[in-house]
Amino acid sequence: MHNPQLNANGELTHLLSIEGLPRAIITQILDTAASFMEVSARDVKKVPLLRGKSVFNLFFENSTRTRTTFEIAAKRLSADVINLDINKSSASKGETLLDTIDNLCAMHADLFVIRHASSGAPYLIAEHLQRAGRDDIHVVNAGDGRHAHPTQGLLDMYTIRHYKKDFTQLRVALVGDILHSRVARSDIHALTTVGVPEVRAIGPETLLPKHLDKLGVRVFHDMNEGLKDCDVVIMLRLQNERMAGALLPSAGEYFRHYGLTPQKLALARPDAIVMHPGPMNRGVEIHSEVADGPQAVILPQVTFGIAVRMAVMSIVAGN
Amino acid sequence: MPTLPHPLPDAEAQCRALADLIRPQLHRNPALIGIYSGGAWVAERLKELLGLPDDIGLIDVSFYRDDYSEKGLHPQVKPTVIPFDVEGRHLILVDDVLFTGRTTRAALNELFDYGRPASVAMAVLADRGGRELPIGAAYCVWNVDLDDNQRLALARSGRGDLVWRLEDA
Repeated sequence: MHNPQLNANGELTHLLSIEGLPRAIITQILDTAASFMEVSARDVKKVPLLRGKSVFNLFFENSTRTRTTFEIAAKRLSADVINLDINKSSASKGETLLDTIDNLCAMHADLFVIRHASSGAPYLIAEHLQRAGRDDIHVVNAGDGRHAHPTQGLLDMYTIRHYKKDFTQLRVALVGDILHSRVARSDIHALTTVGVPEVRAIGPETLLPKHLDKLGVRVFHDMNEGLKDCDVVIMLRLQNERMAGALLPSAGEYFRHYGLTPQKLALARPDAIVMHPGPMNRGVEIHSEVADGPQAVILPQVTFGIAVRMAVMSIVAGN
Repeated sequence: MPTLPHPLPDAEAQCRALADLIRPQLHRNPALIGIYSGGAWVAERLKELLGLPDDIGLIDVSFYRDDYSEKGLHPQVKPTVIPFDVEGRHLILVDDVLFTGRTTRAALNELFDYGRPASVAMAVLADRGGRELPIGAAYCVWNVDLDDNQRLALARSGRGDLVWRLEDA
């Protein structure tokens, strides 16, 4: 199958999705990120790998954490970073996405980091660059629609490996709005690729996609049942706009059934870690006592995210 | 074809000879930094032979190489670990083989991101010439002449001994 992320030698040249990534490439990214962790701990938090390169952060959708961590990652690689807040610029004047890209290529862009509300937008750009013969320009997906958020998936794998060392004995549960979550989709593909034997999805029927079992996921509607003996609990953000539709009765009702409280967490293994991609809604999907408790690794996730994004950018830009 | 000793020299004996060359400098309280992977092994040996108190530093120069734009990032990068303050220290950078000098250049750049050492000297088991930069080793026990297509590198035997390997590239 044609995989637009890989070049003719099978090396990663864009990061568009976890789906279809060979396990060896995921391992390479995680190992490289481990070396970048050391760089971020130095007084001089910079290496010269991308010196002279221009990284364009194109965020067609709002994001603070992802955009900031990509910006920090690129700066620690010594790249020049240009942030474009597209809502306020050309797109609102009617310019097409590919015209925007062509203009930035004319400004000698080397790498695009793209967040877009439409699933597949980063693919469209990668294929456009390929058609134009620009295999020297790289694309990293920073979240597209409901489709994928591959760097979040990778940083979640980094976090799990950091705390649990080995993937092959773990039970990992994803809890909440899996239907609308690109993080969940990237996590599921990543977890199954790295060899986690049991991936669970916990949530109300209205927030779980159909046919999850085809991805090798065990589905639970009862959180108490689903959390039992889990090693890793990944909480997903409940997007407020979901409440407006008919999918959920109320935030309070949701919290009663699917909010992670200390009592529910006690059903998982005593050394279970709690993850969350942020931003958290305290009192909606997670109790403050858990979010601030000893099992939460939510802030380390943010730190690891910088190293993982440094690894991704330095690998794709070199291929 | 240059003639090489056959069998290749005993690398463990060469480590002892290299330690003897460095010993007169111990009053400067030097710290050792080994370049992955061969240099790290030699630096470990030197630390034991010289009885140095500090743990050795380990350096992977992948993030500082000058061939990144041609070759990309090395697939197996190891974390650099410098367990002491380099500021004001006399450092000895250790590698198995000195060739073009480009690895040494990258290591120097990386070291200076940690601080300003009092001095940096280079210790290698083998110097094969072929320099492309103005870099030299203060301590070296084997000057060896090789063809450009030959690759000389240190390896570890099953028992953990350091042994030379010579391959055609």
